[in-house]
Amino acid sequence: MAQIFPRSANSTTKVLIITALVVTAVLLGILLNINRLYYVSHVNIPKDQPVAFSHKHHVTGLGIDCRYCHTTVETSAFAGIPPTETCMTCHSQVWTDAPILEPVRASLRSNLPLQWTRVHDLPDFVYFDHSLHVNKGVGCQTCHGQVDQMPLIWKVNTLNMEWCLECHRAPEKFLRPRDQVFNMQYTPPANQVALGRQLAAEYRVQTSQLTNCSICHR
Amino acid sequence: MREEEFTRKSLGLGGSPLRLEQSMGPEYWRSLDELAGTPAFKEMVAREFPAQASELFDPVSRRNFLKLMSASLALGGLAACTVQPPEKIVPYVRAPENLIPGKPLFFATVSTQGGVATGILVESHLGRPTKVEGNPKHPASLGATDTVTQGTILTLYDPDRAQTVTNAGRPSTWDTLVQQLTQALGTQKAKGGAGLRLLTETVTSPLLGDQIDTLLTEFPQAVWHQWEPGNQDQAQRGAQMALGEVVNTYFDLSQAQIILSLDADFLNAGAAGVRYARQVAAGRRVREGQPQMNRLYVAESTPTATGSLADHRFALRPSQIEGLAFALARRLGVEVQAEGPAPSFEASWLDALARDLKQAAGRSAVIAGDHQPPAVHALAQALNLALGNVGTTVFHTAPLPVKAVDQQQSLAELAAAMEAGQVEVLLILGGNPVYTAPADLRFGQGLRQVPLCVHLGLYEDETSQLCHWHVGESHYLEAWGDARTFDGTASIVQPLIEPLYNTKSANEFMAVLIGQGGRNTYDLLREFWSLQSANPDFETYWKVSLHDGVLAGTTFKPLQVSPQKPLVIPAAGRGHQAQGLELALRLDPHLGDGRHANNGWLQELPRPLTRLMWDNAALISPATASRHGLNSEQLVELAVEGRRQQVPIWVLPGQADETLTLHLGYGRTQAGKVGTGIGFDAYPLRGGNALWQAGGVVLNKTFSTYPLACVQEHHSMEGRHLVRSGSLTEFGRNPNFAAEEARDPPAELTLYPRDEHVSTAPNAWGMVIDLSSCTGCNACMAACQAENNIPVVGKEQVLNGREMHWIRIDRYFKEDPADPEIYHQPVPCMHCENAPCEVVCPVGATVHSEEGLNDMVYNRCVGTRYCNNNCPYKVRRFNFYQYVDHDEASLKLQRNPDVTVRSRGVMEKCTYCVQRINAARIEAKKGDRPIADGEILTACQQVCPTEAIVFGNIKDPQSLVTRLKASPLNYGILTDLNTVPRTTYLARVKNPNPELSEG
Repeated sequence: MAQIFPRSANSTTKVLIITALVVTAVLLGILLNINRLYYVSHVNIPKDQPVAFSHKHHVTGLGIDCRYCHTTVETSAFAGIPPTETCMTCHSQVWTDAPILEPVRASLRSNLPLQWTRVHDLPDFVYFDHSLHVNKGVGCQTCHGQVDQMPLIWKVNTLNMEWCLECHRAPEKFLRPRDQVFNMQYTPPANQVALGRQLAAEYRVQTSQLTNCSICHR
Repeated sequence: MREEEFTRKSLGLGGSPLRLEQSMGPEYWRSLDELAGTPAFKEMVAREFPAQASELFDPVSRRNFLKLMSASLALGGLAACTVQPPEKIVPYVRAPENLIPGKPLFFATVSTQGGVATGILVESHLGRPTKVEGNPKHPASLGATDTVTQGTILTLYDPDRAQTVTNAGRPSTWDTLVQQLTQALGTQKAKGGAGLRLLTETVTSPLLGDQIDTLLTEFPQAVWHQWEPGNQDQAQRGAQMALGEVVNTYFDLSQAQIILSLDADFLNAGAAGVRYARQVAAGRRVREGQPQMNRLYVAESTPTATGSLADHRFALRPSQIEGLAFALARRLGVEVQAEGPAPSFEASWLDALARDLKQAAGRSAVIAGDHQPPAVHALAQALNLALGNVGTTVFHTAPLPVKAVDQQQSLAELAAAMEAGQVEVLLILGGNPVYTAPADLRFGQGLRQVPLCVHLGLYEDETSQLCHWHVGESHYLEAWGDARTFDGTASIVQPLIEPLYNTKSANEFMAVLIGQGGRNTYDLLREFWSLQSANPDFETYWKVSLHDGVLAGTTFKPLQVSPQKPLVIPAAGRGHQAQGLELALRLDPHLGDGRHANNGWLQELPRPLTRLMWDNAALISPATASRHGLNSEQLVELAVEGRRQQVPIWVLPGQADETLTLHLGYGRTQAGKVGTGIGFDAYPLRGGNALWQAGGVVLNKTFSTYPLACVQEHHSMEGRHLVRSGSLTEFGRNPNFAAEEARDPPAELTLYPRDEHVSTAPNAWGMVIDLSSCTGCNACMAACQAENNIPVVGKEQVLNGREMHWIRIDRYFKEDPADPEIYHQPVPCMHCENAPCEVVCPVGATVHSEEGLNDMVYNRCVGTRYCNNNCPYKVRRFNFYQYVDHDEASLKLQRNPDVTVRSRGVMEKCTYCVQRINAARIEAKKGDRPIADGEILTACQQVCPTEAIVFGNIKDPQSLVTRLKASPLNYGILTDLNTVPRTTYLARVKNPNPELSEG
């Protein structure tokens, strides 16, 4: 009886097995890294908003503090999005008939809220608390980037868990003095790590606890 | 649901009465099957999880199994690939004051049961009420709530609630109804309202009473009837006999040393159950070095939460309770002249009981159950007077209802008038009389003859079906109102949310009838109370009252009562004669008279003692069952005075012999998607002569069976010194009796690296559960379900052992099945320091935190269920299907935003309410201070009426939990496995009468 497989089958099989392994590895690699793509995590991509609100204009141009609008950032998990009334405190006086602000005026007239698109959207099983981070010396800029330079708001970080853990594993690399938290021009000093360690001790940051699952997941 | 889909083998007594007699079972046992060691029980324990793997070997369901598996795989793959949908942020247009997004607010209000109020604080997240807590400032709550109140939040969001006005079943408008009513009332006006009838439930609301008064002044011939099945008729008749007037009776059990319950489940039912439970439990706490305990005697026909806490529990047939009351009265020198057959009851323990009561005269209390005949109530009043308890432990006030009537008589008059065609307009405000009226009144038939009938109710129920109009009633969290509590203190019912649907409250409905139609209830309420209050600064008084949830100064003054001498008890006030099988009808501990039938949480909470869910059954004692040759789950036909009903049997140790107990509230035909057709309707057996109990019941066996979902044997830990108990004298002799039962291995005998648990965190969480206090009322289970977004799974899943409750209450019996001692043991996650679940998880989805929590990470879990298999305490729960309802919009509003909603394929378990821990830790860290003891209350701890659960930081030597863990009564369960559980128990200490405990 003739042999079923020719001699070349040996090498064909080897090539096939190796190719299959490589393809699987590449596919797995893509799968595991796909969330790191800025395209997937929407980093640097502005989103459509009902009003083209410019942080650059309001913060850099007019010098308004973050907390004028994000009022609950120091007290609550949620930093707060201003009610229409807050916009209208100024815009009932300035730019009163600018077409770009029509949705804001319409909201006040009709008593229907503006619907902003969430830019920094954590998964629903993650519980982030703004007030504690701000209290322990994490600057707005550290996570949100140079918001004061953004005409429209976009993410500068992936908000992936590995990104959170960069700081939760070593907060000393990022902490700044409490009075610098809202400073958008702050640049970390050369001795950041030393300063960070000192601040972490002073603010009683329990570093060993920061990587416990239940700190963020409940 | 097809019958054969139930794959669970019947674990009913399995024809084992003989085996039971010969058995040498364990000292503590969970069920009769365990005691007898039936093969079914052994198989179940061997398989660990009831009836799941067997599906593969069942040829019919194997196909279904494969179908499901392929569907799960396909969907599972897809689910993992979803991108987060875009989310909107919707800020306010004008932000309300004091509202911080992300922080809940709490508002004081009251919920009512039987018309009587209990104070609560309701948690509100951005305007959505999500959770009910007790109001520490309210006398009936003292900070805790009962089980049913926890469930009412789900009723608010029930999509089956009546959502609009309907006329003959078709949607109509409120204006059309008002038009028609105005016309009808105009016609009535001419006759002085001779054809106008109003039917309400018990009304304690002063404003509603005032409105009804106004109506009756305008229509002098109109009649106001009241009816609800759980009424106070018997107590009122008894008070009339004993004191010559109708009064409200309440107790101060903090002063009581000897308490006797005459078939009263006073710790778990009634207007002040939560308060009584707290007072009684506080008097039983030897844990704080208190050398004395109160002593609780309970005589009852069917085991209740109160009976399980008793030091002496006497299982008596319903007819014998009256005999006991007479016998005690004789021994304690109460002069009684009773008409009817001479009461005879004798027992060896009677003298000792009488001596005990006498010796504690002035510091004892005799409490009669609401369903006992008037004679028992009268005798209880007389006994309390004779013992000098009135003024120290027993108090009387004016009746709580605006108008205290005999409701049975009131409803009978209405039924007669309807039958005679005298009723032209009938307004039914709340209640479901077609379902709940005594069977012999034929209320439904009478109702059909009424020309215009309007029903106001939360649901379109059996009564709505026979009424021309139905108006959806607002939930108590949606409308203003007021109500009185057990001592007469009034409270404002403060709504938390605008009505979800087009509904009206009773006050709004009445306002239209009496020409206040344009005014809102808030204004009416404020105006009413400003006239009642003598306070010059009403504005402040009003604001404080709303904030505190109590209208100060409205408490009724205690009345001076004088006994009727001699006490004459007419034949009509006596109970039924002992004769043949007796039937006791009781309100269901969770569904009440059936009003909560459509509440999935309450349906799926195992009933105290029976641990049955989703059904009622005729409870019967093991001896009687064996005498009649009956098994659990066997269907029988019961007949009382010719009225028949088929019900399944459930054999319950501790039940009085020759007595069947059946709970009301089931077998609804128009309850909603959840409650319709669940269980067996007991109302057909309930006639005017036998509202609560009857003799001469005829029992006919059938050959069919009906599967009942009992969770008692699920998650069995096979009795390894799980429950420990001793008497007070034993405790005095040897305080370490509980610890001595332990067989703990030396701490170093472990493969776990010990230093892994050395933590630098300032907190280490731990919990202690006091078995001396636990009544098994289930409030902790309900609170946990509400707090932690725990889904309802349904009867079929429960039969497969897939119930999802994070905390369960194991019930144990001890010794004699005819008259067992009853123990409860709540079992949440133990948060073991050497957690067996953690080492077997292949994906690190369950890991330890620095503070000693055994964290469960849902987003990592892939559903291997290894942790579940390796957990010796069986506290882990798996989402076999997509149990959480993602589709029903209204149910989403209820969920706690601080807790992840779990999906299919994910393991879950008790987290020690990590969301509450985190919230407190964040606040403490912001304030740069340690977390104070008592700052974190877990949901189960906060709701517990008896304060049996204590949670706290075991690194803090001053914290209550640390002090309790130092108690000699403290012990852990299954510690021989070296799991080092953070949840431990305090052994149960009982205080039996030394005279009785010997024999």
